[in-house]
Amino acid sequence: MKMKKSSTVILTIVAIVIAVYTLFPFFLVLLNSTKKATDIVANPVSFAGSSISQLMENINKVVTNSNFNFWAAFGTSAVITVVSLALLALFGGMAAWVICRNKTKWSTVIYMTFIASMIIPFQVVMLALISTFRDVGNFIGIKMLQSIPGIVFAYCGFGGAMTVFILTGFIKGIPYELEEAAAIDGCSPEGTFFRIIFPLLKPVITTVTILNGMWIWNDYLLPSLMLGQNGPVKTLPVAVQAFVGSYVKQWDLILTAALLAILPMIILFIFAQKQIINGMVEGAIK
Amino acid sequence: MVLSARFHFISWRKVYYMNKNTASQKMLSIILLVLGVVALGVAIVLDMQHSDAGYRGFLLILGAILVLAGLYFFPTIEHHRAIINFIFLFPLLFTFVITVIVPMALGIFYSFTDWNGVKMNNFVGFENYASMFKDPAFIWSIVLTFLFVVVNMILVNVIAFLLALMCTTKMKGVDFFRAAYFLPNLIGGIVLGYIWQFVFSNVLIKFTASAFGMRNSLLATSRSAFFAIIVVYLWQYAGYIMLIYITGLTTIPKDVLEASAIDGANATTTLFKIKIPMIASTITICTFLTLTSAFKQFDVNMALTNGTGSVKFLGKTLSNGTQMLALNIYNTAITKNNYALGQAKAVLFFIILACVSIIQVRISNSKEVEM
Repeated sequence: MKMKKSSTVILTIVAIVIAVYTLFPFFLVLLNSTKKATDIVANPVSFAGSSISQLMENINKVVTNSNFNFWAAFGTSAVITVVSLALLALFGGMAAWVICRNKTKWSTVIYMTFIASMIIPFQVVMLALISTFRDVGNFIGIKMLQSIPGIVFAYCGFGGAMTVFILTGFIKGIPYELEEAAAIDGCSPEGTFFRIIFPLLKPVITTVTILNGMWIWNDYLLPSLMLGQNGPVKTLPVAVQAFVGSYVKQWDLILTAALLAILPMIILFIFAQKQIINGMVEGAIK
Repeated sequence: MVLSARFHFISWRKVYYMNKNTASQKMLSIILLVLGVVALGVAIVLDMQHSDAGYRGFLLILGAILVLAGLYFFPTIEHHRAIINFIFLFPLLFTFVITVIVPMALGIFYSFTDWNGVKMNNFVGFENYASMFKDPAFIWSIVLTFLFVVVNMILVNVIAFLLALMCTTKMKGVDFFRAAYFLPNLIGGIVLGYIWQFVFSNVLIKFTASAFGMRNSLLATSRSAFFAIIVVYLWQYAGYIMLIYITGLTTIPKDVLEASAIDGANATTTLFKIKIPMIASTITICTFLTLTSAFKQFDVNMALTNGTGSVKFLGKTLSNGTQMLALNIYNTAITKNNYALGQAKAVLFFIILACVSIIQVRISNSKEVEM
């Protein structure tokens, strides 16, 4: 019994040390956002020179900076993420239901193509993607590059495979009798989907939304290529990259920018910790 | 409650069949279809003439929606299901084809040409593929990526598994530790790359200078910078993999563990003879995840070192000491504007990734069966 107690203490100490390692960078970002550049360089781990008013000043500098344009970038990121997630959930659910409930040659081919495409790294498609979007956009007269609709379209395409994969697995487990009963009662197929299947998908759509949301919100490469590093529309990661590029080693501004960029995610995590953790794990296991 | 639900369905059925059979619905469907086809036709003709009309894009989308709506209202009972299937599949499949299938096919095609990102003039056969193997910088990137993948796969999985074991004990504050270890995974690679750049070049350097007299940041030389990337990657990824291992460990039935305890198995025996074999499928998932994500590592690499650092390799001094494959492809195409070569490298990258992941899944599956 005594042996057990001491080992628990050691384990707790180890756990705390590791937690310090994982949380220390966050602490440093927060601490140094409240200091002047000279104080940061002098001693990044001391509280000397840190004050709330300095934090406000730093935030003000970053937010009003024309290179960063925080609110515009935040708004762009939010719109792109929310619209893409909503469309992915709706279209993904519709496609997964059709694939799952129609065992024809075509639906199998489509499903297999989705699965196989999940291994394609973004690097293989990115160069031709840009030229395809440019050509298609010029041809049909709708701007596909440097525009929010274009990037939402791309996210629907890239997120589609995984969404369909996870949703199909879930729909397979829904008893077919439910749909038969609806059909006997005279429900149309589209009514069956929207009134019966789609409401049942709620838990798995939460999973898919969390997985896709983490990816879309944090994604850098796709928006940097499609929107351009210095284009009129920027997402938050692209804006941070552009901002850091123009203020090399100005750590007070860079760290405040980083703080503003990670804050939304951390606030979300504090409120929806359980759902996020479950979503990330379930998405990986399926 | 049940009764009202049934009534609801019955009234719905009435509406459904009434709609199906009225002549007005037929008219509606035909009008929508005709309008849609006309709108589509006009839009495509305008497109063909490279017209300046700003409304042609709107017309095209309107036409497509009208055609779909016309199909939806088409008065048929036996084909209605097929029409719905088509309408339901169309949006996702369409975006998927335009963003993945078409660029993939074009990309493979372009890798055999002198494509410059906008247009191509000649076929060059395997010239792009031949020239990239003559470039020591590219070979170095391949070697470095493999090294990174192997080191990471082992480190991330071992550490994550140990963390998972720790977080499934009856220690106090387990929930806090889980959340704390997972937290770094929430941040995008670019931002965390800059945060760690600050940690390495401004914070850690103070400690190492006073403790070991090391005045250079970890990012200063290629070798230590590679180590730094691994530290950051571990920081970002181990917590996530740990969560998956925790889920695997908690699904082990309690009675199996109790039985082994009664049979007198100690902690080590339980771990190696029961826990690890029982979570073999979880290990497969985790190794697959770490393998593919380490291979595709881009954001951290770019933000932390941007691939710089000198290294001696194949008798040459290279300046891309920490540049991994994904970043090499990006720099070749975007920075150096050599699209065809970058695309050829990307195709090779895809082939390597596909082969490695298939081999990994095969090996793990055979191990799982053995257990």
